[in-house]
Amino acid sequence: MIAFLLKRTANAAFVMLAVALLAFVIFRFFGDPVEMMVNEQATQQDRIELRERLGLNDGFVTQYTRFVTNAVQGDFGISYRNQQDVMVLIKERFPATFELVLVATVISLVVGIPAGVITAVYRDSRLANMLQLGSIVGVSLPSFVVGILLILAFSVSLGWLPAFGRGETVDIGWWSTGLLTPSGRAALVLPAISLSTFQVTLVMRLVRAEMLETLRADYIKFARARGVPTARVQWRHALRNCLMPVITLTGMQIGNLIAFALVTETVFQWPGMGMLFIQAVTFVDLPVMAAYLLIVSFIFVALNTLVDITYAWVDPRLRDDSARGNG
Amino acid sequence: MKLRHLMLATAAVAALSATAQAENVLKWGANRDIGSLDPYSFGDSFTINVLNHVYEGLVRYNKDLKIEPALAESWEILDDQITWRFKLREGVTFHNGNPFTAEDVVASLTRVSHETSPLKGNLPAYVSSRVVDDLTVDITLNGTYPLLLNDLTNIHIFDKEWMTENDALMPTDVGAGTEGYATYNANGTGPFVVESRQPDAKTVFVVNPDWWDEPQHNLDRIELTPVNSAATRVAALLSGEISFTNDAPVQDLPRLAAAPNVEVLEGVDLRTVMIGFPFRDTLTTGEPNPFKEKPVREALYKAIDLDLIHQKVMRGKSRNAGATVAPPIPGYTEALDELPVHDPDASKALLAEAGVPEGLEFEFNCLSDGLVNEEQFCQAIASMWSRIGLSPKLDVAPRAVQSPKRTNGKTDVYTLGWATLPLLDSYSPLLQIFHSKDGNAGVFNWGGWSYPELDALIDAAGSELDLDARLALQTQALEMVKDEMIMIPLHQQPMAWAVTEGVAEMPLFPDAKPRLWFAKMGG
Repeated sequence: MIAFLLKRTANAAFVMLAVALLAFVIFRFFGDPVEMMVNEQATQQDRIELRERLGLNDGFVTQYTRFVTNAVQGDFGISYRNQQDVMVLIKERFPATFELVLVATVISLVVGIPAGVITAVYRDSRLANMLQLGSIVGVSLPSFVVGILLILAFSVSLGWLPAFGRGETVDIGWWSTGLLTPSGRAALVLPAISLSTFQVTLVMRLVRAEMLETLRADYIKFARARGVPTARVQWRHALRNCLMPVITLTGMQIGNLIAFALVTETVFQWPGMGMLFIQAVTFVDLPVMAAYLLIVSFIFVALNTLVDITYAWVDPRLRDDSARGNG
Repeated sequence: MKLRHLMLATAAVAALSATAQAENVLKWGANRDIGSLDPYSFGDSFTINVLNHVYEGLVRYNKDLKIEPALAESWEILDDQITWRFKLREGVTFHNGNPFTAEDVVASLTRVSHETSPLKGNLPAYVSSRVVDDLTVDITLNGTYPLLLNDLTNIHIFDKEWMTENDALMPTDVGAGTEGYATYNANGTGPFVVESRQPDAKTVFVVNPDWWDEPQHNLDRIELTPVNSAATRVAALLSGEISFTNDAPVQDLPRLAAAPNVEVLEGVDLRTVMIGFPFRDTLTTGEPNPFKEKPVREALYKAIDLDLIHQKVMRGKSRNAGATVAPPIPGYTEALDELPVHDPDASKALLAEAGVPEGLEFEFNCLSDGLVNEEQFCQAIASMWSRIGLSPKLDVAPRAVQSPKRTNGKTDVYTLGWATLPLLDSYSPLLQIFHSKDGNAGVFNWGGWSYPELDALIDAAGSELDLDARLALQTQALEMVKDEMIMIPLHQQPMAWAVTEGVAEMPLFPDAKPRLWFAKMGG
């Protein structure tokens, strides 16, 4: 088990190094931050000096080593544009993104699971067909389109919900939350729905497939035969056995949602990490871009590694397989 | 649970007090956020413009964009011709209550011209400054220089005591990784005080009741919210969540104008859009460069149908330009603004005469995030040039990607927009674009041309203290630019702001800078 743990951790570390290299190479060819930092009246000499001070003239290996060494210590430097510590900037934005992702995940479960059960149980009913049709729309509409449509309907036409921003927030330590104020909750509705559309569909289809499988199982037939009420069989016995993969999927998708939130955040001017990244790209704010990429990949890698390890812990067969398979 | 109640109560009280005290709240939805609260931290004119509501300079522009006294009451040039003496205004206080004195001016000038300041280029002629007495400052320059006042409109004055207390005397330095107090806090003399700031979400300014000047506005509170996405900004305006935007998307103007609660304010920007040519020996393809010859540049100029671009691409909202500066800019004359004759046949003849091979390939570098409808007008121009037998290769990408290519001469023909800011004077493009590359001069001379005669004219203007004589020199220089077709002007681009019905007065300035101290709300 210890060997397995070490191996998985080493794998994860290697992936992170590769991501760091990629991030670094991309940004090296991305553009020139100096042109954005100085204003129109700066002289050529000013530009050369600034370039030198930023260390942009050093060799590739020197710059990469410096970048990784600092990154490991959690030091991403200070943002070119905001002149603030990058970690502080990301820490400030993280709660916004996380709350959005959390609510989107809750919505996807609350809507997706019942919808999945209904489409499985009443397979050919009109309601199930409508849900199936709706799920195709949910999969195929890009989330920015969903966002804009929601804004048009609920902000412009009906005037019920705000079109942008996070409303009023309350600080608890360094964590800022919008869940405790009415305006914060109102502001969360549209972006969370928009972010969750794809996820709802995913959960619904997964639950449906699992349910169809489970409903054919012997123990369900036995339960029926014993006279257990149908609803109880479906919602309690069958559904419970379908939830394991849903939970795994949801856990794995959190990384995805954090990354996807970028689009939703841009449409709704949600002050999260994705918004920060988009602005950094516009201004060639290299430290912020690199840090964002690394942190998001870190969340991905960490979630994956955790899931792997949990599986191995739960099921010893996987442990042996992976040891043999790789060894 | 207790904590939660407390939070709710606090939030409720905050919300109540906010609505109770503020009657005239201007909700400003900008297309992006300010970088920080420190105007000297990044070469970003939007940040400087917004912070001008909080910080002020020694002089400022009035409603007609003429320079008038602000923190300085009067000034004179001393006998040595390079020292300027400023008499400061008495009784001005900073937002924290500290009095404004000569020490503050010297400390601020030192800070902005420090070698790690990205904005030291904003004071190109500055050498040193000294305190004469509490309300008198001498500023020494590196020579006779007529445009110091124009420069100073944009140099915000900080409080020395406040900077000293908070270790903010020096600008922040990205190279050394040092942050600064002034990035998060502000203390100016201006008409508005920063109440709170959440980056990328909201920055709130409240009126400064102790402002030294008679307010011409009636705002109590400005809430600046960045709304990057154009569609969301339009939606927010239509639903009344914002009451003002300084960037109404051109494609949505008809929709906004049709809405009953929105008023669109349209104007023509000072920014002149131009096309520049390479003057190096070879093109990026390695072929000899024909653009060094004036007839070739003339051929490309005549091939462009300005009216068509004006009508189709700019939807009739731009102003066709013959001069490289806009009409309100000192140095402009009507003669300079004469438009070219669109004549593709003449273009073909000129090219043939100059021996330009049929199908000559060259790169045409445009920005995807630069000027208004830049991608579209670049496409239009590229096809107009194809029609006279050339093969321009259109290269469109974001500014961040294109800038290095442009500055290092790794492209051929390119676009450039120049608004003459912050000087608001034709000396700005002459020095920065048309002068040969030489130290401070010609930084945007990307084509690499050199006209010694033109340089002499510009240098003479740069040390001429008499306004009329200086403008005559500059006009002469602009004439030369036009005759030689060093760069060809296309148009001044349109600008549009929009306000909702609660806003009674919002003066639109051709330099595209919102000056909310002239704004009025209510009926």
